[in-house]
Amino acid sequence: MTSAIKASGGAKYAKIMSVGGYRPERVVTNAEICEHIDSSDEWIRERSGIIERRYAALDETVVDMGAAAAATALERSGIAPEQIGMVLTANVTHPYQTPSAAAEIAYRIGAVNAGALDIAAACAGFCYGIGIANDLVCGGTAKYVIVIGVEKLSDWTDHKDRGSAFIFADGAGAVVVGPSDTPAIGPTIWGADGSQKDAITMTQSLIDYRNHGGEIFPTLLMQGQQVFRWAVSEMPKVAVRALDAAGVQLADLDAFIPHQANMRITDAIAKSLKLPAHIPIARDIAYTGNTSAASVPLAMDRMLAAGEIHSGGAALLIGFGAGLAYAAQVVILP
Amino acid sequence: MSQQILEGLAAIVNEVAGVPVADVQLDKSFIDDLDIDSLSMVEVVIAAEDKWGVKIPDSEVKNLKTVGDAVTFISANSK
Repeated sequence: MTSAIKASGGAKYAKIMSVGGYRPERVVTNAEICEHIDSSDEWIRERSGIIERRYAALDETVVDMGAAAAATALERSGIAPEQIGMVLTANVTHPYQTPSAAAEIAYRIGAVNAGALDIAAACAGFCYGIGIANDLVCGGTAKYVIVIGVEKLSDWTDHKDRGSAFIFADGAGAVVVGPSDTPAIGPTIWGADGSQKDAITMTQSLIDYRNHGGEIFPTLLMQGQQVFRWAVSEMPKVAVRALDAAGVQLADLDAFIPHQANMRITDAIAKSLKLPAHIPIARDIAYTGNTSAASVPLAMDRMLAAGEIHSGGAALLIGFGAGLAYAAQVVILP
Repeated sequence: MSQQILEGLAAIVNEVAGVPVADVQLDKSFIDDLDIDSLSMVEVVIAAEDKWGVKIPDSEVKNLKTVGDAVTFISANSK
């Protein structure tokens, strides 16, 4: 006997309904960073555009920060926690192989009916999450999805490495994605290049550290010039593909919100794209540092709060980093 | 050929780092004389690759200390 099964009916379109951010309290200046590395405030600003960054408290976790940002986004969306069908948490710094940060965050915010999973796509993770959330809502697997980008990179940074100590920071951003009457999330363009897996990696695995030890607990290791070159030469092409897929002209954008990797990368991508001067560019890195998966929603939250960009505008999002993984899409701002 | 590459390279260096075109001479060091930092150097390399259809691998970039080194490399390897 052949039995018919019901397909899950989804919404025609999905949209970002709200955004929320969480910035840890402790401000870390370039002067404090330079207590551990041979560098200067001027050099750090010139090379990265970073003026200061935030570090979480020692006992403040990825779950704490992620739950705080998610709770804010949820409140602003007007959606009850029980209505959330999936919690996606993009991060690479939750210090447990299992369970996921997402499961605990879902529990903390009362999303008792939600599935939960982490996305390990590093700095591209949030934009991966937006693509997946869009498809979950349009596929009918979830009506509402929370996408969180959160990192506590300060736990995994070699604070004595002058090439990276000044870059990484902590924070969380989150959005609620739900059904929409009109198209509000363009097609996601994504990919990864595992042949460049060593461009951003760890100094060693936790297993090697346990078995062989070493002076320094495993930390992030980045080939800065290689990553810069890849980002500056490849990401403009990805951005153009995302614009084309969404049918949006560059000049019609209301915001450019790239992953806050380094101000120099942001500038080089904008220049390569020939982004018109009137379009606001996210520059949250100046006061937030590079927060990997959290940087795009944090920048979006800051720009909206500052009145630099407005609800209903079209924003180009692009995330890129370890993997080397990337994802981009055009979205309508919440 | 070399003169054309020098002129093209000077235009790129000017575009990337704001260095006056006239300062970009064969004997000038990118880092010490023209104050081009490592990230700007990467931008110069990307632009040069586009312009002359040449591959300049990361391992080669560190050998391009002077403008003359770059002109010689591009001239020898461009299509």
